[in-house]
Amino acid sequence: MAELLRTYARLAWTWSRAAAQYPVSLVLLGVATAAVTSLDIAAIGLMFLRTPRIAGFSVAEVMFLYGTSGLSFILSDILMGGAERLDEHVRKGTLDALLVRPVSPLLQLATEDFSPRRFGKLVPTTLVFALALAHVPVRWTAPRIAMVPVMVLTGLVIFAAFWVLTTALQFVLVESRGATKSVTYGGAFLTQYPLSVFSRDIVRGLTFMVPLAFVNWEPSLYVLDKPDPLGLPGAFRFAGPVVAVVLCALAGPAWKSGLRHYRSTGS
Amino acid sequence: MTYAWVALYSIRRHAAYPTSAIAEAVTNTVFGIVHASILIALWKARPGLGGYDTTDAITFTFLAQALIAPIQVFGGLELTERIRTGDVAIDLHRPVDLQSWWLADDLGRAGCHLLLRSTLPMAVAVVMFPIRWTGPTALGLALVSLLLAVLVSFGFRYVVALCMFWLHDDRGLAAIALVTSMFFSGMILPLVVFPGWLGAIAQVLPWAGTMQIPIDVYLGKATGIGLLTAYGRQVGWAVALFLLGRGLTVLAGRRLVINGG
Amino acid sequence: MIELADVEKTFVIRKRTGGLRRTRTVFRAVDGISFTVRAGEFVGYLGPNGAGKSTTIKMLTGILTASAGRIRVAGMDPARQRTQLARRLGVVFGQRTTLWWDLPLRDSLALIRHLYRIDPDDHRARLAELTELLDLGDFLDVPVRQLSLGQRMRGDLTAALLHDPPLLVLDEPTIGLDVVSKATVRGFLERLNVERGTTILLTTHDLGDIERLCRRVMVIDHGRLAYDGDLAEMRATVQADRQLIVDLARPGPPIALPGIEVVRTEGPRQWLALPRTHNAAAVIAALAGRHEIEDVALREPDIEEVVARLYRTGLPA
Repeated sequence: MAELLRTYARLAWTWSRAAAQYPVSLVLLGVATAAVTSLDIAAIGLMFLRTPRIAGFSVAEVMFLYGTSGLSFILSDILMGGAERLDEHVRKGTLDALLVRPVSPLLQLATEDFSPRRFGKLVPTTLVFALALAHVPVRWTAPRIAMVPVMVLTGLVIFAAFWVLTTALQFVLVESRGATKSVTYGGAFLTQYPLSVFSRDIVRGLTFMVPLAFVNWEPSLYVLDKPDPLGLPGAFRFAGPVVAVVLCALAGPAWKSGLRHYRSTGS
Repeated sequence: MTYAWVALYSIRRHAAYPTSAIAEAVTNTVFGIVHASILIALWKARPGLGGYDTTDAITFTFLAQALIAPIQVFGGLELTERIRTGDVAIDLHRPVDLQSWWLADDLGRAGCHLLLRSTLPMAVAVVMFPIRWTGPTALGLALVSLLLAVLVSFGFRYVVALCMFWLHDDRGLAAIALVTSMFFSGMILPLVVFPGWLGAIAQVLPWAGTMQIPIDVYLGKATGIGLLTAYGRQVGWAVALFLLGRGLTVLAGRRLVINGG
Repeated sequence: MIELADVEKTFVIRKRTGGLRRTRTVFRAVDGISFTVRAGEFVGYLGPNGAGKSTTIKMLTGILTASAGRIRVAGMDPARQRTQLARRLGVVFGQRTTLWWDLPLRDSLALIRHLYRIDPDDHRARLAELTELLDLGDFLDVPVRQLSLGQRMRGDLTAALLHDPPLLVLDEPTIGLDVVSKATVRGFLERLNVERGTTILLTTHDLGDIERLCRRVMVIDHGRLAYDGDLAEMRATVQADRQLIVDLARPGPPIALPGIEVVRTEGPRQWLALPRTHNAAAVIAALAGRHEIEDVALREPDIEEVVARLYRTGLPA
């Protein structure tokens, strides 16, 4: 495991050094990515200019959701998002070059094109999150305070697992990326909002089928002390880490299975 | 006519991978459901916001998602790549007008996307949500507006693409174009939600003509004089962007001659 | 170093035949191949397109898993021990690069260093050595996408050898290269094999590569080994005719000798097909007895011809 992390770090660093040779481009792109990320919070801001509460949540509370979701997703995107481009490699036949190297192709994909500009997205999100923490009406107890980093971390792992799972699907169905973006990017978007805006069926789906509800919604119900619209038992609010572990347990074999399929059929 | 042939060929090219298109349409559909749910909650808090009712808002959301592909809200024109690699030099020496060629190509693409990517989101929307049907006349008027919208969108993207002639790295400009296009077209949030002066400005910017206007025409929010104003804005921006594009094309041609291709 | 025993690779190809029906064809890309390559050998692997060359290479390197049979490379099973094998293997694809398109060559090599966990001092020394041998100095800082084919191939070779593997596998490395680049690559590979003892397996269409570099050649056709042995012997066994080029003092009618066919005449020069059954010295003597000869040249059969014959007759190994 340590070896994996070391290799990841070294590869990421090498890619970053290469990217840093164009500092102007780096900064511009960083700013650009930050700008695109800011569109979502701009929308939230505009909506709350028209009304003080949406689905029973105040602007600070939605910013809290936005912040936790954003941090989890952006960090997972930085770490694992590069894997998404597997379909390009399969199409161009360049996956083979990755397979003749003594490092997992997943790791090589994830670090490909690693650039400091990816961190640009964190800036608006962190600012919004900091603002939210300052204004959100929470009775901060020790458990609640601890829950915040735990939530961000489990959200990160859940999203990372989804990155791997959706990428593994591309081995079998090369065009699936267009649709699985709804899980990764779609998941990132919908977790910015209180899930109470969705129909009960959808929330049930997001809890039991595609467990995005555990990224930040369930834990936030605890931190913000809100009632669960589905009336689920309180234990669900702490189930995030369990869900994360289960998803990882699924993601590993899924990836291996996909790779096995590719190595058997040659595509 | 050459240009008709270009458009037809473009349709064939873009229809080559239907599975990919359907996959993307699935994502559009999911985003539609999410956006719609959010707006339902917003309209519950503020009924009648911006002159829309909840059904209008839902319909708007799904139409916006359905139009993402035909209008190319996320920007981009294959021309940019040709300029980057220098292949465009060949194009500029051909006896066809660069701008008209790409317009024909883009119209073909838009038609193809309309068929391949807009149908699924709307079909799912009709099943899952209350969607407004305003009748065949409104639809017809909206389709005219949609054609104008594609022209405006093309005009803008063409200008952005040509700037590549003078920039080494277009990604910064592309990002700005992306942000403005996404925000001011109404894709992120219907422009009617924008408050006060921001809303007023947004309505007269070119991007409003790419999504907000055709959808408003369909919803029946632009009738009589309003309809003429709507078409007028679209035509006005299309013409302005086309003229700008024309000028840039001439300048680009000259630059190529000076630099030796 | 390499052992293949009855290796097979079957692909199932599904095609749509109009309407909703589908045909399922089973394509045997590799149909029972066995061979052994010992350490230090330089073996050529020839075959027409679609014969199974690339498939064999992919199975050797772990990219593809075999459908049947046993493969051992450097003592390891490529299907199960892919990453371990990768440390002892260098691979070069002629048609695709293993380098990263947008990065300068130097950065690509830095990535390779981290991927193979090469010691920084070893890396420096090795890079210096390869830079000199392959003349990389001019374009180390150029993005790979801007390199010429010859430069890129040298870059790919460097990338494959940076970690000093005992085995090098090349899949059509000289394809599309100009004459000078080909000579450089061939010279380099020869030195590598002779001086460092690197085992080399070379797949190629270019028979000039084989002639220059390999003493042993394997020919694959339709998934099976058509020949495995000495190059010179192959030439002899396949019984391709040698050519006798005769320059007469004056142009004349085609030379008539028993069992000898005149393939072509051009003024005073005539090309004769000399079957292997005929003794060249005797034929020349007979010729000199009956005609006035200015000059005589004896040419071994073209390797293209030899291989073409082999494909046609499918000679057993």
